[in-house]
Amino acid sequence: MIEPGNDDATGSTAHGGTPAIPEEPIANPGLPAHTWRPTDLDEGAAKRAERQVAGFFFLSMVCTVLFIVAYFTLQIGDNFDTFIGLGASTVALGLALGGAMLFIGVGIIQWARKLMGDHEISELRHSASSSVEDREATLAALDIGIEESGIGRRPLVRNSLLGAVGMVGLPLVVILRDLGPTNNQVANAEAGTGLQHTIWKKGMRLVRDVVGTPIMASELEIGDLVNAAPEALFPTEENGYPEIEGVKLNVQKAKGAIIIVKMEPDEIKHGKGRENWTVDGVICYSKICTHVGCPISLYERTTHHVLCPCHQSTFDLADSAKVIFGPAHRPLPQLPLAVDDEGYLIAQADFDEPVGASYWEREKQ
Amino acid sequence: MSLDTSKVATSNGATAATAGKPSKLGGVAGWADERLGLAGAMKKNLRKVFPDHWSFMLGEIALWSFVVLLLTGVLLTLWFTPSMGEVHYEGSYDQLRGIEMSEAMASTLNISFDVRGGLLLRQMHHWAAMLFIASMMVHLLRVAFTGAFRKPREVNWVIGCLLLLLGTLEGFTGYSLPDDLLSGTGVRAADGFLKATPVVGSYMSFFLFGGEFPGQAIIPRLYIIHVLLIPGLLLGLIAAHMLLLVYHKHTQWPGPGRTEQNVVGFPMLPVYAAKAGGFFFIVFGVTAIMGGLLSINPVWKFGPYDPTKVTAGSQPDWYMGWPDGLLRIMPGWESVIFGYTISWNVMIPILIVPPTMLVILILLPFIEAWITGDKREHHLLQRPRNAPTRTAVMVSLMTFYGLAWAAGGNDIIAIKFHMSINHITYFMRVMVFLGPAIAFFVTRRWCISLQRHDNEKLLHGYETGIIMRSPEGGYSERHLPISEASAYSLTARDRDEIYTVEGDTDANGVVAPGSRAQAVRAKLSEKMYGYNVQKPTAEEIEEAHHHAEHEHELEAGLDHPADGHQFDGHSDHTVDEAPLRGH
Repeated sequence: MIEPGNDDATGSTAHGGTPAIPEEPIANPGLPAHTWRPTDLDEGAAKRAERQVAGFFFLSMVCTVLFIVAYFTLQIGDNFDTFIGLGASTVALGLALGGAMLFIGVGIIQWARKLMGDHEISELRHSASSSVEDREATLAALDIGIEESGIGRRPLVRNSLLGAVGMVGLPLVVILRDLGPTNNQVANAEAGTGLQHTIWKKGMRLVRDVVGTPIMASELEIGDLVNAAPEALFPTEENGYPEIEGVKLNVQKAKGAIIIVKMEPDEIKHGKGRENWTVDGVICYSKICTHVGCPISLYERTTHHVLCPCHQSTFDLADSAKVIFGPAHRPLPQLPLAVDDEGYLIAQADFDEPVGASYWEREKQ
Repeated sequence: MSLDTSKVATSNGATAATAGKPSKLGGVAGWADERLGLAGAMKKNLRKVFPDHWSFMLGEIALWSFVVLLLTGVLLTLWFTPSMGEVHYEGSYDQLRGIEMSEAMASTLNISFDVRGGLLLRQMHHWAAMLFIASMMVHLLRVAFTGAFRKPREVNWVIGCLLLLLGTLEGFTGYSLPDDLLSGTGVRAADGFLKATPVVGSYMSFFLFGGEFPGQAIIPRLYIIHVLLIPGLLLGLIAAHMLLLVYHKHTQWPGPGRTEQNVVGFPMLPVYAAKAGGFFFIVFGVTAIMGGLLSINPVWKFGPYDPTKVTAGSQPDWYMGWPDGLLRIMPGWESVIFGYTISWNVMIPILIVPPTMLVILILLPFIEAWITGDKREHHLLQRPRNAPTRTAVMVSLMTFYGLAWAAGGNDIIAIKFHMSINHITYFMRVMVFLGPAIAFFVTRRWCISLQRHDNEKLLHGYETGIIMRSPEGGYSERHLPISEASAYSLTARDRDEIYTVEGDTDANGVVAPGSRAQAVRAKLSEKMYGYNVQKPTAEEIEEAHHHAEHEHELEAGLDHPADGHQFDGHSDHTVDEAPLRGH
């Protein structure tokens, strides 16, 4: 064993290349003397520790058996709520597995602390860098290698190789092109695809978002807020909309969701050119926040404010859904409303701007 | 002890030396060495010394929780279906039976309710992820506060920072996989972040989602990133992190017998192997108990993802909380330049500040080394007080992080404390700038006072708590010298050297090249070290001790604690014999 380094007692003064440091005020006293543990001196204590360690390992075995017993006896499924919101099976399996592992760990550490040798030993450090000879030999080998390859003397080879290797990365980038279509490729006003279009069309009914029933304008009370969707998402034989499901349905749900509120007609401050977009105090906006696209949901009927639960952007629904607080910049897009012959709410047209989060070419479309 | 000649190798010089009757272990080792030649490397490393300190365990928690993540993760993949194909859920969970959801969500419910131990695995996996990231962060703070990132360990610091970044991304991709309402909301926000990227935003969004959000590609893509790409990178970087740790040998705290040239501690075999190996079982066991008892990410309560729905109090996992907080307190700035939209309100908190923070973190050791001009290797750790400026910078960064993180819970704070969310947000907008500045100044002054306190302990000893009354009637507290070992430990630190510009003009008065940078460096060095308290010199200590001896003579006869009953007969006699509290 290497003896602790009392010889370098002056400690950190020995750095190379630094100016002389004033003498260390207190000399390094060297490693303190080793103190013996009770288990080193007393055979009885050592035996006791041995039994403790074995006891922990034994407890671990017991826990493993408990795990297997719990696995086969406790049922899961409906009873997940049996014990503080957790299934009895999960609790038992967790505790048993935890115990099985923990007791092995505790046993090993007890063994290390009480019974394994506890002499601290000292090892000399070496500089992280290689020795000067090694460095020189490596540099020399590098030089010879470069020289023999002729890469320095033949720039044509070198530069063309650099060009080739640089270009050969392009397939990797290019092959990613078909990860998905671009917005321009999918954009279609008729189908309601692309960032700038939704499935809303002139004359499409507004329906409740869960059951899909149309909404009678006269049935709404002042202060009501209805989460609604385009009728095309609930195709039936009567309304004649084509079947829609899977990805297409989710895409249209993600863009087409709306909120309808009814307030006193004279409380509404109509936006420019939007004077006839409401029906008797019923006004409709996109439900998708213009910040990063969360569905907004928290409505305060006395102030007509609606709040996005993700980042707390707040919009004033009485005033064209202008942002009155929070990180969003643009108002919620407004859906122009009308009623059909039967008195149900319908859209006059699609939104006149893209719904949801902003993007670079948004204003160009 | 007599020499056992049966174990001496016999060799006739023509064949390999053979040991007579090797032990079983020796036999296996010999077999292996003849094929793998490991003895050379093992010779040094089996008894490699690791120093001991509780704070060196933090990185170990991260390492072992990563192992728990790999084990539980592999098991979870056996049941999880990474698909967005729509199915009707028909499993055991009554409330969602018959509901249409993606296969990812349905298989997550299946794991939770119909696979025995499945919910335990899910919860262990999630808790281990929390432990993994939290312990990496605390480990990072330990390394920074003690100056362990100085030469030669800068590269390992960079690797560590990358591990933290990858761990965070791994966490995000992981909790998004169940395709539940909460994580789906997070994925949609991520779509918003991508779209806010200048020029290529909508393209990135369409490529990631395979078309318009939500598409049906995102879950399988996140899955392969989560189970192959990032874990592969993490494994490689962790291996490099550990190899460099072994190569550099661990840093140690200064103390008697511990110097820059040695490393003092327990040998790898058996003590450190046992302690570290045992600790794996402890981390595993604790994670299992947490997984069994503490509910986490109950996706069945959130329900399947529906792009038209959201829950109040929607928040990401805590380690994604600080960019989310910045996003919440950012004013709604957006500009349209030449018809193109630039969303500052998303770009600054998500695409600019977090990457900048990471770059600052990575550069910390390099900036410090440049300012100090210190090119020495450092293996002795510094107490945070002995590097006041570095400590203050770290606390300042932590304060920024903490405030941004708290801003990410502004809705929860508003509800729990009945406060106005608007006021909390306005307050945070100011505090993310003011808080770090205040923290910097307070921490620096605090460190410097602690340095002064250390010097007082060295020069005048520790406070015994004994109040002495002098014959003149004055009161003073008795001080006693600290032990030699603690005195040495307090002085075992470098004196700070302020970098000065030398010879910035040559004989003809021509300014040397690069001298402007040198002047900046000197100024920064002055700012960094100028107020620090240096350890006393040998003479100062000598003088102080001389002075103290004189004092002690006056105070002789009271080398035991006084309880005030010395003279009234109620004295507790054990007090008389008790030694004074040692230091």
